[in-house]
Amino acid sequence: MDVEETALPGIGLRHEFNTRAGRRIGVVSRHKGRRDLVIYDAEDPDSVAESLTLTAEESDVLSELLGAPHIVEKLADLSKAFAGLVGEQIQISPGSPYAGRLLGDTQARTRTGASIVAVVRDHQVLASPRPDFRFEADDVVVVVGTPDNTSAVADLFRTG
Amino acid sequence: MDHTASIFIELGGVLFCLGVIGHIASRVGVSPIPFYLIAGLAFGQGGLLSLGASEEFIETGAEIGVVLLLLTLGLEYTADELLHGLRKQAPSGAVDLLLNAAPGVGAAFVLGWGATAAVVMGGVTAISSSGIIAKVLGDLGRLGNRETPVVLSVLVIEDLAMAVYLPILTALLAHQTVARGSLTLAIALGALVTVLYVALKHSSKVTRLVFNPKSERNDEIILLRALGLALLVAGVAQRLQVSAAVGAFLVGIALSGPVAEGAREVLTPLRDLFAAVFFVFFGLHTDPAEIPPVLAAASVLALLGVATKVATGWWAARRAGIATLGRFRAGAELVARGEFSIVIAGLAVSAGVNTQLGPLAASYVLFMAVLGPLAARFVEPVTRAGMRRRNRKPTTPATGGPPVL
Repeated sequence: MDVEETALPGIGLRHEFNTRAGRRIGVVSRHKGRRDLVIYDAEDPDSVAESLTLTAEESDVLSELLGAPHIVEKLADLSKAFAGLVGEQIQISPGSPYAGRLLGDTQARTRTGASIVAVVRDHQVLASPRPDFRFEADDVVVVVGTPDNTSAVADLFRTG
Repeated sequence: MDHTASIFIELGGVLFCLGVIGHIASRVGVSPIPFYLIAGLAFGQGGLLSLGASEEFIETGAEIGVVLLLLTLGLEYTADELLHGLRKQAPSGAVDLLLNAAPGVGAAFVLGWGATAAVVMGGVTAISSSGIIAKVLGDLGRLGNRETPVVLSVLVIEDLAMAVYLPILTALLAHQTVARGSLTLAIALGALVTVLYVALKHSSKVTRLVFNPKSERNDEIILLRALGLALLVAGVAQRLQVSAAVGAFLVGIALSGPVAEGAREVLTPLRDLFAAVFFVFFGLHTDPAEIPPVLAAASVLALLGVATKVATGWWAARRAGIATLGRFRAGAELVARGEFSIVIAGLAVSAGVNTQLGPLAASYVLFMAVLGPLAARFVEPVTRAGMRRRNRKPTTPATGGPPVL
């Protein structure tokens, strides 16, 4: 995808691109950390139809909402990016010893060397779960590590 | 003691009034600059109330206002942005300056004010108000528009041109001779090139003069050092008769990165205060009775000023491959004049160029600071209506003609 970058002297930077549906959207990043989300007019491509000003915090939330599902896809691609490292998705079966228990209880990192980087529950991605995160049956755990390490985590969730 | 009391009362009254009218201006959605000028007119010579005790303070405050206006302008841009703008939009910048200086120069000659006044008036009509324009673009949600970078680049070139123009003007006003003038001009140009070079290659070293970017940010230190450095350089520049304002502008450009951002944040409220004082000061020194005789000239200049800026924007946007509507938007967005026209006129007034120049510049800015945002706001419906009429014309005979059968 082509993201066009334009400098706005005195204001900041602008990035814009065309969506597959033919609309153009962009983000104006101002010097003070504020962002403007702009959607271009369908008829006059030179002008903005809708412009939304976001604080630094709001744009973080928005990017998390938009970008989170990608984390899983990106992790699945990790093996291509870093040789020897894989991202594995492991589903917790209802019979798993850790269904209903805390992440900290698994001691997955110390026991296997792999890291649990995210959990997908009901199509929502919970990134960077903390030790007090409680697993439920049917959660999908995203694990990053060497192939041996990640399969050790899969065993861990299956048999304890 | 009595003196202090009257200074406080006068100053407090003026600032409070400015606050109130500034609030009204922002409610109505126009720039407060014309209101500050009117307030100055009301307080000053021949006005409703005259200020006595605080005049000296206001005068110094106004000078600091000019330094801060130019310093924060320099902080807005990095040297990279300036050179990039120059490289990309130089032809548009040249058209802008020539086309927009012409009405001012012409007016000075028509009124018989002479060559020096012509140089001044050229500057007054040429330089757009980047402050008003940036605010209008943000308020109207046009930062994403395709013509916006074009408009901003034209402003960048105007600001660079000012760095060359102000020393020329200062020299001209001080000596009235070309020989001494060209010496100070050489100094100014040398300084500009050096600062741009230093800002591009060694900006971290200059920046460290104000603050070490590695240590934790401290607003107090940034404020004192940035303001101190700017005043020092402005003072030295003034001694060399290169123009204090340009010195401050160059300091602003030389500072970069997070320190520039920090400096801009802490200096902005200070700039707003002293710039308001500066506009009031200009108004104070303009006799309201002298406004009516120049109103006709100011109106003609205002109309020409709108036309030449619209033409500039139209041309610059067309060069960038922007469609008709965007071209007119670019033109209308450039119309506003404000702080820099007053800065230029202020230099001439304190040098005593022509008694009518101050009133003419004041009324011109009164018109343009109000017309600019209005033009930017209403250019779209007006252009659309114009385009519709144009498109309808060829079809009129077909629909209005005799029935074909």
